[in-house]
Amino acid sequence: MSQSAPSTRAPRAGRRWYILVFLAPATLIYTVFAIYPIFESLRLSLYSAEENQAVFVGLANYAKLLGEPYWADQFWNAFNNNVVLFLLHMLIQNPIALALAALLSIPTLKGAATYRTIFFLPTLLSVVVVGFIWQLILSPLWGVTPDAMKALGIGDLFRPWLGLESSALVTVTLISIWQYVGIPLMLFYAALLNVPEETIEAARIDGLNGWWIFWKVKLPLILPTLGLVAILTYIGNFTASFDIIYSLQGGMAGPNFSTDVMGTFLFRSFFGFQAQLGDEYMGATVASALFFIILVGVGCYLFGVQRRLQRYDS
Amino acid sequence: MRRLQDRLGSVGIHAILLSWTLLALFPLALIVLNSFKTRKAIFGDPLGLPTGKALSLKGYESVMTNSDFPMFFGNSLIVTCVSLFFILLFGAMAAHAVSEYRFKGNTFISIYLILGIMVPIRLGTVALLNLIVDLGLANTLTALILVYTAQGLPIAIFIFSEFLRSVSREIKDSARIDGLSEYRIFFEVVIPLVRPVIATVAVFSMIPIWNDLWFPLILSPGEDTRTVTLGVQQFIGQYTVQWGSVLAALSVAILPVLIMYVIFSRQLIRGITSGAVKG
Repeated sequence: MSQSAPSTRAPRAGRRWYILVFLAPATLIYTVFAIYPIFESLRLSLYSAEENQAVFVGLANYAKLLGEPYWADQFWNAFNNNVVLFLLHMLIQNPIALALAALLSIPTLKGAATYRTIFFLPTLLSVVVVGFIWQLILSPLWGVTPDAMKALGIGDLFRPWLGLESSALVTVTLISIWQYVGIPLMLFYAALLNVPEETIEAARIDGLNGWWIFWKVKLPLILPTLGLVAILTYIGNFTASFDIIYSLQGGMAGPNFSTDVMGTFLFRSFFGFQAQLGDEYMGATVASALFFIILVGVGCYLFGVQRRLQRYDS
Repeated sequence: MRRLQDRLGSVGIHAILLSWTLLALFPLALIVLNSFKTRKAIFGDPLGLPTGKALSLKGYESVMTNSDFPMFFGNSLIVTCVSLFFILLFGAMAAHAVSEYRFKGNTFISIYLILGIMVPIRLGTVALLNLIVDLGLANTLTALILVYTAQGLPIAIFIFSEFLRSVSREIKDSARIDGLSEYRIFFEVVIPLVRPVIATVAVFSMIPIWNDLWFPLILSPGEDTRTVTLGVQQFIGQYTVQWGSVLAALSVAILPVLIMYVIFSRQLIRGITSGAVKG
């Protein structure tokens, strides 16, 4: 991580209170409002409410989450939807981002600055706004999409995609991709710009054309960024996907839970919905399950992907 | 021959880039244009320009007068700016401490402080809500500011410390020889030094705060503490029939971001692509 170890520069060691002063505010806020709640949630997942008192129940909540059909069905449905969401982002969003970044990084390209400014714009907008914009555009009521499709002669193919169980999840995913393609795009773009000019020049002298330079020279060099994008996609998919689902399909992740993800599931188990009362201990259990899912992904990234990539890199 | 090939290639490249440009801008343009139109024109001719008879500002009138939008805006602005200030200041301080001084536990604290990049703070929501309620901060902007500061610090510390480690020590050392205190070195030498990455850190911290729906919904859903994002979400829920108002509300939520982005886009993008975030 660091190139040079920090060195002692203090005039008098031992009485260096200023180090504490520099570290204290960040460490304090971060510990109290980020680290403590996560561990406290893990602890709460081992408790249950009995007669308004928290009782230690061990792993009973987890057994309930994975064993009782009411919970297990929701859990696996949300989990599977998250996996679909993740795979679609990896297969559609990230290749589009890479392709656009590759085109943008062509040195002779005119207007690159304007393009990248526009491509990043949707990413800046609130998910709520983006969700509703697409809801209106895809709405059969307004008729923008059906009319456009009619003009193209494929009017019969129009469906209210967001409202159909079979297509809702994919539609939401495509909207999310439309918005968030900017982040991997920028990361790829930055990595491509950092490829040394000499390396490219050497490949060009060897007679490789632009296409092959990209595949044989640039792509291997930006593999670490691919790894980073993959793990960011993974984490965002399991946590941040709540926002887009909640604003497009509501807390019930309709139709008929076909777009339910771990985030919306966590929200419902915590706050309850309809006849089901909220249960903070089950909420903590779902959050903790999510914690372990993310831990597995981060673990794979740190010990597998990144280590191998670094070896490749050096 | 080769030149012709190049030219064809360049036309193809621009065709691809222009298609994505269209795809990225069309939905936004559609909403903003229609927000200036009458109800009849919105439905009768969605793609038409808001001119002549079709022009109407009724949607905006109802948004600005019948709703609390101006207040939501104020809330979002306060939360984002104050959080950002703390993230930048405390983040730079901590990054300076771990990258500059050798002390016991340095490695531990550096890793501890950036763990939060990988473990989203949302996972602690249940306990966080209990904590906020116990502190008497439910339905306050303070709660959001504290949570967003905690959420933004890891990435800020990571970017700042990576940057500070690559900066030469000579400037700081010569300041020490001049007899400046460590505090003055931080404020007078280090802060100007990190200026190039401040934009990067600011963007990475600001976007998720401004657009967040989760914490406003859970920690401060009250009428007086709603942020724009939550406000729009609830406003849309109530007024689905009044399309003019809904479109105006959406545009009002987009425009400030749009204007800021047009002004600062150069710095923002340069910050993001400056290589401060290496893979």
